[in-house]
Amino acid sequence: MTQDPSSSANQRAIDIQGVRKAFGANVILNHVDLSLATGEVLTLLGPNGSGKTTLLKILATLIKPSSGRGRVAGFDLLTEVEPIRQRVGFLAHGSYVYEDLTAEENLRFWATMAGLPADGGALRQALAAVELEPVAGERARTFSSGMKRRLALARTLLGAPRLLLLDEPFAGLDQQGKKWLEEALLAFKGRGGAVLMATHSFGRGLSIADRVAILSGGRIVLDRPRASLDLEELHRLYALSTEDGA
Amino acid sequence: MTFARRAWIILWKDLLTERRSKESLNALLFFALLLLFLFEFALGPDRERLAGALPGLLWLGFVLAGLLGLGRTFVAERENDCWEGLVLTPGDKGAIYLGKLAGNLLLMAAVEVVLLALFGIFYNIDLWASLPALSVVIFLGTVGLAAVGTLFGAMTSQLRARELLFPVLLLPVQVPVLLGTVKATEAVLNGVALAEVGHWLKLLAAADLVYLVVGLLTFEFILEA
Repeated sequence: MTQDPSSSANQRAIDIQGVRKAFGANVILNHVDLSLATGEVLTLLGPNGSGKTTLLKILATLIKPSSGRGRVAGFDLLTEVEPIRQRVGFLAHGSYVYEDLTAEENLRFWATMAGLPADGGALRQALAAVELEPVAGERARTFSSGMKRRLALARTLLGAPRLLLLDEPFAGLDQQGKKWLEEALLAFKGRGGAVLMATHSFGRGLSIADRVAILSGGRIVLDRPRASLDLEELHRLYALSTEDGA
Repeated sequence: MTFARRAWIILWKDLLTERRSKESLNALLFFALLLLFLFEFALGPDRERLAGALPGLLWLGFVLAGLLGLGRTFVAERENDCWEGLVLTPGDKGAIYLGKLAGNLLLMAAVEVVLLALFGIFYNIDLWASLPALSVVIFLGTVGLAAVGTLFGAMTSQLRARELLFPVLLLPVQVPVLLGTVKATEAVLNGVALAEVGHWLKLLAAADLVYLVVGLLTFEFILEA
């Protein structure tokens, strides 16, 4: 019987070594090593253009690395793309929201495309989880950017992924939305899910992080447990490492 | 089953979006009407000239309207990076191609029905007698046009010069389809039996089959590129 490589309790959600990505002569990521255990939240800090989005897109299998190897959700990053896509939820810059569909129709579409059950009850439940149930029947065109972000998160959480890759998840959310997202991520973590969250700002993301890493100049220049860093020290290290990386 | 469900949900999404926005249909119908007026002014009341030019005019209308509609196939996917979302969906990406193709066929069929009816009214031509045979020719021609158009629509949708590149890529590949359809249309409008234009129909069916298979097999690479 074949065992699901992602089912092991001590399985690493992310384990990559020597990942490099270059577009022509422009090197975006340079020998990145990164690991993330299940049930762990890693906040990846870095200035604009440091390669955070590229790294997330590589982990989500949207783009291929120029070199390097690794495993995501227990599967090989280069050769087992399909099972990774089935197990990873990716919240990108774009919301993947169709403006002329309602919130519920958007979720129905993405659930069906992912081969998941798309009955009304399950979709309403997913919308209720992101507090969008009252506007389930309204077109996304009428939504604020924060509401679209919530809808995108509901899509990301469909099918109970084991790993969430979040690119600037707090962007566009109001204070209440940020608090709500923080709680949602804590609940996800409590269920054994792993989270890699990329951001360029020191905000709420840090309070739920188990580890903090800094990406600068295409390299991981710091990777430490959150508990070992106070905010002032983190600011100092961030400033120092981004100056060095620039 | 999952393949069919995915193809269906793409078609459902595209039809629903079109029903609500009416962007493509309105543009295509207005364009078709404009073409008819232009043809009317260019050809005048000479019935003989009109009869000779009709098959070409009919397909010129279908192809130009098709170019307009097919080029917009992936417009909705450009908004909010939905294209990226489609790349990340697991499973056979051929289902996305098939759903998009079905949507394009329905849209083009709607425009063709209106264009045919308007041709009949504007030029006072009785199309009823040749309609069954004409429908077969139009169906085969439309499948060929939409099969390649959907594929090239995807190929060019992420490019800056897509409006220029789309017809430049599409029209040369369409030569066998255009040749077959215009010749077969000319014959059936002159009352020739469908069996007598079998060679053109075989060419069209073969081209359709090749385009469909190529589309299904290559769509994944275009989407992931």
